[in-house]
Amino acid sequence: MSSNDTVQKTVKVALLLCLVCSIVVSGAAVILKPVQLANKALDRKTNILAAAGFETKGQDINTLFLQFTPKVVDLDAGVYTTAVDAETYDQRKAAKNPKLSDELSDDVDIASINRRERYATVYLLEKEGKLDRIIIPVHGYGLWSTLYGFLALEGDGNTVAGLGFYSHAETPGLGGEVDNPRWKSQWVGKRVFDEQGQTQIELVKSVDPSDPRAMYKVDGLSGATLTSNGVENLIRFWLGEKGFGSYLANLRAGEV
Amino acid sequence: MSEVTAKSVVVSPIFENNPIALQILGICSALAVTSSLQVTLVMCIALTMVTAFSNLSIAAIRHHIPSSIRIIVQMIIIASLVIVVDQILKAYAYSISKQLSVFVGLIITNCIVMGRAEAFAMKNPPGLSFLDGIGNGLGYSVLLISVAVIRELFGAGKLFGIEILSLVNDGGWYVPNGLLLLPPSAFFIIGLLIWALRSWKPNQVEAKEYELAPQTTSMQEAH
Repeated sequence: MSSNDTVQKTVKVALLLCLVCSIVVSGAAVILKPVQLANKALDRKTNILAAAGFETKGQDINTLFLQFTPKVVDLDAGVYTTAVDAETYDQRKAAKNPKLSDELSDDVDIASINRRERYATVYLLEKEGKLDRIIIPVHGYGLWSTLYGFLALEGDGNTVAGLGFYSHAETPGLGGEVDNPRWKSQWVGKRVFDEQGQTQIELVKSVDPSDPRAMYKVDGLSGATLTSNGVENLIRFWLGEKGFGSYLANLRAGEV
Repeated sequence: MSEVTAKSVVVSPIFENNPIALQILGICSALAVTSSLQVTLVMCIALTMVTAFSNLSIAAIRHHIPSSIRIIVQMIIIASLVIVVDQILKAYAYSISKQLSVFVGLIITNCIVMGRAEAFAMKNPPGLSFLDGIGNGLGYSVLLISVAVIRELFGAGKLFGIEILSLVNDGGWYVPNGLLLLPPSAFFIIGLLIWALRSWKPNQVEAKEYELAPQTTSMQEAH
């Protein structure tokens, strides 16, 4: 066994091992890459469809998704832009890129996201020539984690058609109940803006159905006040002027 | 250790010499991934595969490993296998790999894999080492699956995501125990399982490291 401990043998074994292992690892990564990318794309489409209120189980996601047109919105101007390609633009990466995002000052950063990207991808669904669904990406800080999700609005740019989060790390059973279908179903039909275009949607402790403002109110998550606040803040942020506010205002006025 | 045979290396780690319950190894992932049964099963399969194949390859080249870089060689083999497993999961079990996230990568640091490589594969032929890896993987799996069944059933009222106990939130009768979905609960459950196992097989109880001396009379008088 002592012959194993010479310098030459040690170097030889180390080099050979590294060579074999790197071939195995890079081989696996290269061969499986196409399948992984397809999975990622499929996962994103499933999330968008789920937020829009589609049944995604047992459906062919790719065909369903063909109905949607992705478009890139310039958030500050509130109009569509072709500055980046909707198919390849990665919004989550752009939010970290100083060239594509702006720092937010504390007073406007209610969703605690620090930086906001300049462009965002929205998904539009048209039915019989009329706009039927607008799906906008939203994210913001809850209690422990940043929640990433999609908010679906009806063609009027005001009525909620669905809300869903695809990535978060809130407490299971408490804040984690943002994934509860029963809780999410309350959002459907709520209005986000009043006649003046002000953001009104809020999370409250138990909604009184006789309240004239009940259409702006959603029942918060019991036992998860901070997650509920986070959800309210992120929705208000993304519907506000730093978010999709000007785009949605233009849309309601029929200007985009 | 008793005589090493193909049967004993597979069977003994399950109850007699369980890597988690007796050797208290690999606790980290046992806490993290056991909140749902499906995820746990995938983790168990991944760990069993990594242990088996790392044992196999380390045993195959054991006569050529210089002792000075022995641990590094083992780590490189284990790390490569873990990356391959991670890539396969990302390609064929995407949603589960998302839930397992970093814990597949952390198999590299799982003491069971490293421990078996150093303690068994360095001294035994490849075939036997491979079986030893499978056996230890099974031992890990038995404990993790028991923990996961308890946690998912009583924490979420489900098994494999299918509702078993109808939850109050959905109009049923069962109030789920949220604590069971948090990592600390796995500590209690593993502790209780070790207690049960050692009551069943008292020879696993460790010898006491020290014994309290009886109280002296002078102390009693002093009170």
